[in-house]
Amino acid sequence: MTSTLPGRLSFGALPQFATLAAVLLANWLVFPDFFDLRLQDGRLFGSVIDVLNRGAPVAILALGMTLVIATKGVDLSVGAVMAICGAVAATMAAADYSLVAILAAALAVGALCGLWNGFLVAVLDIQPIIATLILMVTGRGIAQLVTEGQIVTFTHEGLIAVAGSSALGLPMPVVIALVLGLALAALVRLTALGLLIESIGVNRTASTYAGVDSRSVLLATYMISGLTAAVAGVIAASDIRGADANNAGLWLELDAILAVVVGGTSLFGGRFSILLSLVGALVIQAMNTGILLSGYPPELNLIVKAVVIAAILVLQSPAAGRLFGFLRRS
Amino acid sequence: MTSRNLPFFATLVVFVVAWALCAAQFPAMLSTRVAANLITDNAYLGVAAVGMTFVILSGGIDLSVGSVIAFTGVFLAVTVRAGLDPIAAILLVLVITTAFGAVMGAMIHYLETPAFIVTLAGMFFARGVCFLMTTDSIPIDHPTWDALLSVSWKIPTGGRLTLIAGIMIAATLVGIVLAHLTRFGTYVYALGGNRTSAELMGVPIARTTIAIYALSGALSGLAGLVFALYTSAGYSLAATGVELDTIAAVVIGGTLLTGGVGTVAGTFVGVMIQGLIQTYIIFDGTLSSWWTKIAVGGLLFVFILLQRVLVHLAGRSRDRLVPAT
Repeated sequence: MTSTLPGRLSFGALPQFATLAAVLLANWLVFPDFFDLRLQDGRLFGSVIDVLNRGAPVAILALGMTLVIATKGVDLSVGAVMAICGAVAATMAAADYSLVAILAAALAVGALCGLWNGFLVAVLDIQPIIATLILMVTGRGIAQLVTEGQIVTFTHEGLIAVAGSSALGLPMPVVIALVLGLALAALVRLTALGLLIESIGVNRTASTYAGVDSRSVLLATYMISGLTAAVAGVIAASDIRGADANNAGLWLELDAILAVVVGGTSLFGGRFSILLSLVGALVIQAMNTGILLSGYPPELNLIVKAVVIAAILVLQSPAAGRLFGFLRRS
Repeated sequence: MTSRNLPFFATLVVFVVAWALCAAQFPAMLSTRVAANLITDNAYLGVAAVGMTFVILSGGIDLSVGSVIAFTGVFLAVTVRAGLDPIAAILLVLVITTAFGAVMGAMIHYLETPAFIVTLAGMFFARGVCFLMTTDSIPIDHPTWDALLSVSWKIPTGGRLTLIAGIMIAATLVGIVLAHLTRFGTYVYALGGNRTSAELMGVPIARTTIAIYALSGALSGLAGLVFALYTSAGYSLAATGVELDTIAAVVIGGTLLTGGVGTVAGTFVGVMIQGLIQTYIIFDGTLSSWWTKIAVGGLLFVFILLQRVLVHLAGRSRDRLVPAT
């Protein structure tokens, strides 16, 4: 049992960091200025910063998704929840509410969406992929209701600052992603929550019999996923200074799942790493940026992602595990 | 057995009641023209949903449906523009999509991975190939194509059954026969009911799994052909999210998401209910189109809830039987 944090990072994290290094190296080869940084008005600028900034929403989604996948579930609704929360934030900003009220409302809506998903999964015992599908289908309709079918734009200084300002020289979304990641990692690893999540992922029935309150843990997990989706939705709305119910967060649920899988979290539940999911999100964004920089059509992105998933599936599969075991023995 | 058929009858009742309510408000809803259009407008969804029914019956899921539909349209448009005969292009693309499905089925079986992640990769891949072929919407313009479009059967009192509506009905009928009257159908139900028992009883798991996803690929390709006939164009961004509509249709049609229970006929009614909601919103004229999504989501929730209740009741009656025997 490798339950200590340093142990996990030093041994199991090698493939993820190697992949990230390889992708960054490839970017540097096609675009020699890739690692150039310059400081202007107390802010860093450069391709690497751009990768971090663009990758922040997926990284934040991946945080919640990691915990959900660790319980052997999946949350398909995060993109739609992003759209709902972005719509709420933008509509309130257009009506000139204070920033605190806007953030509180957006987060509350996100938590409520998560609670709904958790209720379907934990209490009604519906398979996660289908339970979250309901909100994925209806979510964009609800977001359209909130914005009354329009693309709401706003000039709210406070809300624009959420994505537009910077701290410690880094763009605000990057700081938010880092702080959330560390906070969540601390929450699950310094308390028993992480262990409970893993035990539910391995065997929910057995965990329940062993005294784990799996219902509450599942509810909490899906709520965290809803909250992270709300944060990502507010950042996305702040970034474009408006809410587009049709396109905000579109397909980001798939990128978030991919980030988690690249980060080495097992799809079979029971093994996860929050910090490696952040690395996974970076790998994906660095690939996107690399394809753009190298002048290939951005459409190639999807095929590259498909090949990456397929490669990881082959490596993760029990069949490959048996093969490796066989080779090691012989 | 009655509790097994209950979801299907519930769907049928919902459909009939919904249509009656619509007809009470708009008497024109009862015309055969509206009925025929209902089938024509949802033909691509219906064809894809037949394949999805088999996948879900076996306890799996196929997220690549929408992308494969788009791929088929783009492939047809590009190859026909390049001078290939439409009939040859159609046959070629059906072979490609069938093989694509078979590969996904093989990966699911031999890598022992969840179907949703394999078909997710397939979804990315097919959509990516679309984008690589073209990002434009390409019209399909060929005498043979026009000939295919002009095929239709007149129904008395003004309705017109188009070729694509015919394809959907044919696909549903073939699906019903395949599910209930062939050995393959029995294997699918057995696999979804209990994989381990099925394997012990001698069901060829590998062959059946690959065949199920190949069938879904083939029907997605056929749905793509229907969609291309419907729009007379191939567009790489077409049919996004159709996989969700098909899953919703299958579930509303009474197929149990855990596999093993359900009917192809139910799926047909599920597709018609979704089409009816859309038609009602068009007839009404004041409601916005996003109400479709909300209504479909609401129905999805109600039917999943109904399934849970039925499964729960079935489990209770089984528990009561155990001590008695």
